[in-house]
Amino acid sequence: MNEGLRESATFDRATIHAIQRAAATGVYDIRGWGAKRRLPHFDDLLFLGASMSRYPLEGYRERCDTDVVLGTRHARHPLHLDIPVTIAGMSFGALSANAKEALGRGATAAGTSTTTGDGGMTPEERGQSRHLVYQYLPSRYGMNPDDLRKADAIEIVLGQGAKPGGGGMLLGQKVTDRVAGMRTLPVGVDQRSACRHPDWTGPDDLTIKIVELREITDWEKPIYVKVGATRTYYDVKLAVHAGADVVVVDGMQGGTAATQEVFIEHVGIPTLAALPQAVQALQELGVHRKVQLIVSGGIRTGADVAKAIALGADAVAIGTAALIALGDNHPRYDAEYRALGSAAGFFDDFQDGRDPAGITTQDDELADRLDPEEGGRRLANYLRVLTMEAQTIARACGKAHLHHLEPEDLVALTIESAAMARVPLAGTDWIPGRTR
Amino acid sequence: MDPMTVDLAATPVRDLNQALHAPEPEQRWRVRNPRGAHAIACGLTRPLSVEIDGHVGYYCAGMNQHAAVTVNGNAGVGVAENMMSGTVRIRGNTSQSAGATAHGGLLVIEGDAAARCGISMKGVDIVVGGDVGHMSAFMGQAGRLVVCGDAGDALGDSLYEARLYVKGAVKSLGADCVEKPMRDEHLTELAGLLKAAEFDEDPAAFRRYGSARRLYHFKIDNAY
Ligand SMILES: Cc1cc2nc3c(=O)[nH]c(=O)nc-3n(C[C@H](O)[C@H](O)[C@H](O)COP(=O)(O)O)c2cc1C
Repeated sequence: MNEGLRESATFDRATIHAIQRAAATGVYDIRGWGAKRRLPHFDDLLFLGASMSRYPLEGYRERCDTDVVLGTRHARHPLHLDIPVTIAGMSFGALSANAKEALGRGATAAGTSTTTGDGGMTPEERGQSRHLVYQYLPSRYGMNPDDLRKADAIEIVLGQGAKPGGGGMLLGQKVTDRVAGMRTLPVGVDQRSACRHPDWTGPDDLTIKIVELREITDWEKPIYVKVGATRTYYDVKLAVHAGADVVVVDGMQGGTAATQEVFIEHVGIPTLAALPQAVQALQELGVHRKVQLIVSGGIRTGADVAKAIALGADAVAIGTAALIALGDNHPRYDAEYRALGSAAGFFDDFQDGRDPAGITTQDDELADRLDPEEGGRRLANYLRVLTMEAQTIARACGKAHLHHLEPEDLVALTIESAAMARVPLAGTDWIPGRTR
Repeated sequence: MDPMTVDLAATPVRDLNQALHAPEPEQRWRVRNPRGAHAIACGLTRPLSVEIDGHVGYYCAGMNQHAAVTVNGNAGVGVAENMMSGTVRIRGNTSQSAGATAHGGLLVIEGDAAARCGISMKGVDIVVGGDVGHMSAFMGQAGRLVVCGDAGDALGDSLYEARLYVKGAVKSLGADCVEKPMRDEHLTELAGLLKAAEFDEDPAAFRRYGSARRLYHFKIDNAY
C-alpha cells in the first residue's frame, strides 16, 4: 500500500463499508456484541493504592473477602454469592443449550449466579446453576409460574444497555423446533420480542406488578429491576420506589444477541456515566447497600470489578466476557470466522446462528463443539482471575473486603471520566462540575 | 359444605393468598369486600374454586393454574395474566390487558374488556360478552379470542397464530391482520368456545380474523 495514503477520520474504512452495505441491501445492519466505539470507561480511572497515610494488606495472604448478599430488602431468601461477579441474562435461543449449561457450571463452580433470558428457563441451565435468576421480560416467551417458583431470584427487565427502548429479535435461522416450542411461535419466523411490558405501564404499575410477583412466590425471592443506562438517576429512584430489592444498570457497552448497529452505537450512556448517578439516587433515598446495585456493560478485568465496586456497585454482571471465556472469538476458529466475512477478535454476528465456536447458535453440529463441562471450567477459571485481580487491588488499598473500596481510592485520567465518575483528575483536586 | 369465607376488610390479601397456596387448602372459597385490592388469588396451582364478591384490582388470578376463579364484579388491569390453565370468569367489565400473555385455560368476560385484551396471548381462550378496546390480541401468538360485541382500533396488530372471532363491527385491523373465511372447522371451534363460556350466540353471526403472515420475515418492506 502507498505510504502516503491517508484514511479519513470521518469516513474511515468501517464507515465507508457501512455506506456501501446499506446501498447494496436497503436494510440496516443487525449484529451482536455491544458498542464498539471508544467511550469513557473504567480504563480512564486509576487506584491510588496505599501510601504514608493508608495501610495495605499483605498480597494473597491477608484476608480480603469477596462475598455479597443480594435481595436483603424484602425477600425471605436473599442470594448469598461468594463473589460479586454474576453472569448476565442471555437467552436460550440466542445461545445454545450447551452454552447456557456451561454458564451455569462455571458460575456454580465460582460461587455465583447465572441468569436466564428471553425465551424461558431450560432444564440444562436450572440443573447446573446453584443460583439462577429468572428474567421477566416484555415478551414473556416461555414465562411459566412453575419456573418462576424454581428460580432463586426474579429480574424484571425494562431494558438493556445495548438497546434501551428497544425490543429484541431472534432471526428465523435460530428459531428451531425447540426454541419455537418454548416460545409458542412458528418454526423459522424472524421473531420479535416486545419492547413494552404487556400488562403494565409506568412506575406506579410496576409497584403493583412487583407485589403480584411476590404474592405468587410467597415473598421468598429477591426481585431485581434491570434498566438500560439512560435517565439512570430517575430510573433507579423509581425502581426503588416500586419496591425493587436489587437494581441492575446496564451501560451502553453492554452486549446483545441481535440489535441494529445504529441502536447499539447511538442510544444510551456509558457504564461509567450511569454508575455514579445510580449510587447518588440510592444514597439520597437512604438505601445504598440496602437495595443492592449490580452494574454491567463492558466489565472485562478484576480492575473493572474493583472500580465498579469502589464507585458504589455491590456487584457486577458480565455477558460478552463470559462468552469469550467459553471460547467466543478464539483464534483457533479464525479460518471459519474469515469464511463468514469476519475474523477472530472481530466476530459479532451473534444474530446469524453460524457461530464457529458453537455458542451463539442453534445448529446442533456447531453447538456440539462446545463441551459444557470444559466451557464451565474455563468460565470458572476466568471468574476466579477476576476475583483475585480485584482482591489484589483491594489489598493494595488496605481493604479487607472488596466492598470497602470507595471513590476516595480512585482518580481519573481524563476530564470526561473525572466528570462522569465524580472523582478528581489525577494529580489535582478537580472534579469537573463539582469543585472549582 | 359451605365455602371457606375470607373477608378482605379484615384479612390482608397476603394472608388469603398464603392460605390458597397452602399444601392442602379448602376446595371452595368465598372472598368478600375485595374493594379493588390487587393480586387477589394469584399464583394458584390447584383445582380450587374461588368466588369473589365485588370489584378486584390489578392481576386478579394472575398466572392461574387449574383453579376456577369467579369475580362477581369488575376487574382491573391484567386479570388472569399469564394464566396457564383453569377458568376465570368476570361477571362485569375488565380494564386493559385482560388475559395478557396467558398460555392456557379459559377467560370469560361477561361485560366489556378495555384495550389490549389478549395482548401477546400464547394459547389461552378468551371469550368476551361485550366489546374489546383497541390493540386487542396485539402480537397474539396462539389461542382464540372471541368477541360477541365490537372490537376497537388495530385489532390483532402484528398477530402471529392466534385466531380471532368477532360478531360486531371491527373499527380497524392492525398491521398484518386480515379477515379470513369461516370454514366448518371454525364454526365448530367457535361453537365449542361459546358453549364453554355459556354464551347463547350463533357462531354463524361471527367473522374470523387472523395473521396474513407477511411480517414473519424481516425484509426491506417491513424493516422499520
Ligand atoms: C448473546 C447475548 C444475549 C443477551 N440476551 C439478553 C436477554 O435475553 N435479556 C437481557 O436482559 N439481556 C440480554 N443480554 C445483555 C446482558 O444481559 C448484559 O446486559 C450485557 O451483556 C452486559 O454487558 P457485557 O456484555 O459488556 O458484559 C444479552 C447479551 C448477549 C451478549
